[in-house]
Amino acid sequence: MSATTPSPSGLLRVLTCGSVDDGKSTLIGRLLFEFGAVPDDVMEALLRDSKRFGTTGDAPDYALLVDGLAAEREQGVTIDLAYRYFQTASRRYILADAPGHEQYTRNMATGASLADAAVLLIDARKGVLPQTRRHAAIAKLMGVQQVLLAINKMDLMGFDQTVFDRIDADFAAVAAQIGLTQVKSIPLCARDGDNITAPSERMGWYRGPSLLAALEACEPAATAPAAPARLPVQLVLRPDADSRFYIGSLTGGTLRVGDTVSNVAAGVDAKVARIILPSGEAESAEAGDAVTVALDREIDVSRGDVLATVPLPILADTISASVVWMVDAPLERGRAFTLALGTARVTGTVTAILGKLDIETLTDVPTTTLAVNEIGRIEISLAQPLVCEPYTTSRELGGFLLLDRLGGETMGAGMVSDAVSSRRNLKWQALDVTPAVRAELKAQKPVVLWFTGLPASGKSTIANLVERRLLALGRHTMLLDGDNVRHGLNRDLGFGEADRVENIRRVAEVSHLFLEAGLIVIAAFISPYRSDRDLARQVAGEGKFLEVFVDTPVEECRKRDPKGHYAKAAAGQIRNFTGVDAPYEPPLSPELHLHTLDDAADALAERIVDDLRQRGVIF
Amino acid sequence: MALSAHLRVLEAESIHILREAAAQSQRPVMLYSIGKDSSVLLHLARKAFRPAPLPFPLLHVDTTWKFRAMTAFRDRLAQSPDVDVRVFSSPQGIAEGINPFTHGSVIHNKVWKTDALKAALDLGGHDLAIAGARRDEERSRAKERIFSLRAPGHTWDPKRQRPELWHLYNASVAPGETVRAFPLSNWTELDIWTYIEAEGIELVDLYFAKDRPVVERDGVMIMVDDDRFQFRPGEKAEIRRVRFRSIGCYPFTAAIASDATTLAEIVAEMRVTKVSERSGRLIDTDQDSSMEMKKREGYF
Repeated sequence: MSATTPSPSGLLRVLTCGSVDDGKSTLIGRLLFEFGAVPDDVMEALLRDSKRFGTTGDAPDYALLVDGLAAEREQGVTIDLAYRYFQTASRRYILADAPGHEQYTRNMATGASLADAAVLLIDARKGVLPQTRRHAAIAKLMGVQQVLLAINKMDLMGFDQTVFDRIDADFAAVAAQIGLTQVKSIPLCARDGDNITAPSERMGWYRGPSLLAALEACEPAATAPAAPARLPVQLVLRPDADSRFYIGSLTGGTLRVGDTVSNVAAGVDAKVARIILPSGEAESAEAGDAVTVALDREIDVSRGDVLATVPLPILADTISASVVWMVDAPLERGRAFTLALGTARVTGTVTAILGKLDIETLTDVPTTTLAVNEIGRIEISLAQPLVCEPYTTSRELGGFLLLDRLGGETMGAGMVSDAVSSRRNLKWQALDVTPAVRAELKAQKPVVLWFTGLPASGKSTIANLVERRLLALGRHTMLLDGDNVRHGLNRDLGFGEADRVENIRRVAEVSHLFLEAGLIVIAAFISPYRSDRDLARQVAGEGKFLEVFVDTPVEECRKRDPKGHYAKAAAGQIRNFTGVDAPYEPPLSPELHLHTLDDAADALAERIVDDLRQRGVIF
Repeated sequence: MALSAHLRVLEAESIHILREAAAQSQRPVMLYSIGKDSSVLLHLARKAFRPAPLPFPLLHVDTTWKFRAMTAFRDRLAQSPDVDVRVFSSPQGIAEGINPFTHGSVIHNKVWKTDALKAALDLGGHDLAIAGARRDEERSRAKERIFSLRAPGHTWDPKRQRPELWHLYNASVAPGETVRAFPLSNWTELDIWTYIEAEGIELVDLYFAKDRPVVERDGVMIMVDDDRFQFRPGEKAEIRRVRFRSIGCYPFTAAIASDATTLAEIVAEMRVTKVSERSGRLIDTDQDSSMEMKKREGYF
């Protein structure tokens, strides 16, 4: 709790990096202490802990203020990123404190992702080390332009100006190589508080600002108000049958009532009718605001879409990106991910690894894989178009995560450097005969019935029975079967991850074409990943996709095994076989859930046809 | 009263987090403790989803040892048409009559709070729970993610937490895993109070100074809130002018001497205080690294 008068005009997010040996925790503890953010009882606990674990004798060891986990206090190391808060007379600070050693790339990238400025710590005895270069390179990569070089432990070098000048010059050379333009060096003795908040009497030769004064002079990163508006939609609210509201955080520009916005992915426009801010009804909203927006007419918008004003962002099929790899298993070409950008989740496949950053020389070297904590340049092919912008234009629409398609683990983080749309010069051709007209002629409402389930669960059998029943009722259908499409349309595809993604993408697009032809499409595919089925649902369009979960326990499938695949997989003759050595993600909320142990295939098929009647698909 | 620039930033960030939590989960729930942080969280949630009703219920894990004023406040809130308040109390705690005086704080908290919370989340099938914890409360919380991954059994492993970049929060989990979301992570106690004052958020009156019956015990003042209070020899209740900075189970919650009867007076008091907020929460200091241990076991 600060004793100063807090009427802060804003908030600055600061990354602090360096190792424990440089005295970083001491520096941060000191800052917190100077701003009264250390209450008396916490100070008492600190003195108690200092005697037990500390390295400063009976004096308070400020480092212990910030090492939060028991393991950290016992081992005297900082393991994880920590967040600290303090407040000066002019504004609030959020410090993201990144440890210097363990997992430094991952932790630094995380802490830098929102940072406006970075404090980079150096031990005056050691000068610019390879570690310093790494920290500077990562800060730059993540878009942090303002860097304060805190040259600590000046007391151990006799407060010598020549030491400071040499380190300052060495770092200037590094900064020039990396392209950091806003750098300031400050000589410190964090333990005693020299140049932390006030000029140091022991370093009278230094005329620059204290660390605090330099921080106070940093500007929060902000987008220009004149930039085009971007609203990644988090959710669509339907409080009653007549109204729809789109909610999300404005990532750029200014949005005003009356502005024309496009749903970029769908290529449709509407005007902003209302804007509701946390403070109430408003005429306009700025970047960073959490908004609720109503439009003047109903257009197709759902979570993951971006509402934007002109000039519109790119709708990309392929992106080039820098990526920080964060898990132990190396990244290899051909690997598929769920890519999370803004509020969108799309499937992407790594088609090329172009190079990686050699952190010692800061040059780009060729590679075929990325190991944990390496930074590389990659290309990603997207199964669905994605609204994005270069990271240098927008952190919010240019920064993304790579998630494991199973279990959702965060495996890496990327920054879009270039986004390419293969459709840049393509326009939709307007046609006179529309999907609605074709459907009307057939007196049916076209849908995709997507059967998913383990191999030998009964998908094809039930799908076949459903189609026969619909045919008998005079309906127009088309059945796509997983095995059959691989004989023709997808005969060039194998069973690697990238090919599996492409297999489903093509089937989803073909299903969509048949939908537009007015048919009831019956698709039977194992489609073990939720993300693949979500892709098919998105391509078909909301309300035109019915997920049918053919739920048969794996023991039963193994027993049935009409094609002998389970036996072969068990014998190791087939690899990556769903249900044996490859996983299956059951649907979370399928439109139809069929338990094949409880009912015969005939009865289940009948149930589906009944359901189609109730939904008004057939009438 | 207009919000300061940094409170506007924090407010927008918290609303963004609440919306992500709701959008990325199947059966979200908001943990509601009746305290000031929960009150701010509820206020933000209403802003995040208006004009629609809240897309999740509120869950109060009731230890049956809360201040009577808290229970009354909760029951009044439950009358509001836009919220669905659910209350869960540990069946084991009820059956075995677990109480703070006989069993002590460690068993009391394990049964009535940690185990009960886990049981209530399992019962509701909730894959995501929103809670009002802040990083400035306690040092192990400073390392907590905004979306915190919990293993099956709700346990917290600090080494398995995911990197959280930009405003991208990841609630995708494997079967059995769940997520705790903390929209107030970046708020400090002073932010909470200034926001409550600026927005005029209603609070339970325990936060305001009033003459209350208290017993001085082990150097702190404990309020005698009902006739279950077990006096030690020589103890008797005295009327003192006190309020609470943080509220929980009354036998474990220390009062502070104060004359602050309005939000403005509380904020003024906060600006000069030199004692940490949770110092009045006797459960935090009952064991070494005790918050970290509770979190590992599944407490939020």
